[in-house]
Amino acid sequence: MSAVTRLFLSSTRPTGALKFIRATFATQPGSKEHIESLIKDKKLVVFMKGTPDAPQCGFSNAVVQILRFHGVNEFDSYNVLQDENVRQGIKDYSNWPTIPQVYINGEFIGGTDIMIEMHKNGELIEELEKIGIRSDLLDNPDKQA
Amino acid sequence: MSLGLKQLVTLGRVPCVCNLQVIRRLCSAGISQSSMEHEKPVESLIRKKLAEAFEPVHFEIINESYMHKVPKGSELHFRILVVSEKFENVPMIKRHRLINDALKEELSTHIHALAIVAKAPSQWKNQDVDIGKSPTCLGGFGI
Repeated sequence: MSAVTRLFLSSTRPTGALKFIRATFATQPGSKEHIESLIKDKKLVVFMKGTPDAPQCGFSNAVVQILRFHGVNEFDSYNVLQDENVRQGIKDYSNWPTIPQVYINGEFIGGTDIMIEMHKNGELIEELEKIGIRSDLLDNPDKQA
Repeated sequence: MSLGLKQLVTLGRVPCVCNLQVIRRLCSAGISQSSMEHEKPVESLIRKKLAEAFEPVHFEIINESYMHKVPKGSELHFRILVVSEKFENVPMIKRHRLINDALKEELSTHIHALAIVAKAPSQWKNQDVDIGKSPTCLGGFGI
């Protein structure tokens, strides 16, 4: 091994390892950075127990049904039962103690109670409009739950 | 409000929500409050903490644990109604946050699910508003 190679390895290896460690910690499941990466640049994300097609909690199911009632069938979701770190991390991120949690344009909107209330008072239609979704209720105002 | 033993026994046979509503009214009327503290420590604690934090003009609490796959008598799932002057002109999400903060310790230890209805007195006006019922459980134990 030439002196030049030795010098190259000794100077680059620790830096590379350090970078790897930093990258690993930055994206640690449930960390602030990880949560941000899950909601960033997404119109609508639901952190829930189970999946939209198979919710494993009545409250999570209620949020999915409200969205579907407004004609929102396609949205990003994250099953917190798959990762205990995210299950806790999302609570820390929003300072909100329960699941489900709804994010619109990266902003925390609320859980089931708030989604139900926003559905009742019409605010949900406005929130959906902000992300370019026209609620089905505007075209079918007589639609029954 | 006085109920005979026979009536209480009969009420005890009335299933789920009807029965809970009766119990709720009995409790809010101050009946068997002391025995409740021993039998329902978490519910008593929630009642106490929210009374201190919000001085509610109206308060209701329902233990909905019976709707879930948990041992009988569990105190894990609750639904509450808080009507307080402190919620006047406060956005809904902020009201929920205030309640979550007041129950922070319990939420990280005893309480698994908490459904909140928080109203200002101007939104309440002595109405007998039904605080609703939580959705059917779809999970297993502890989910």
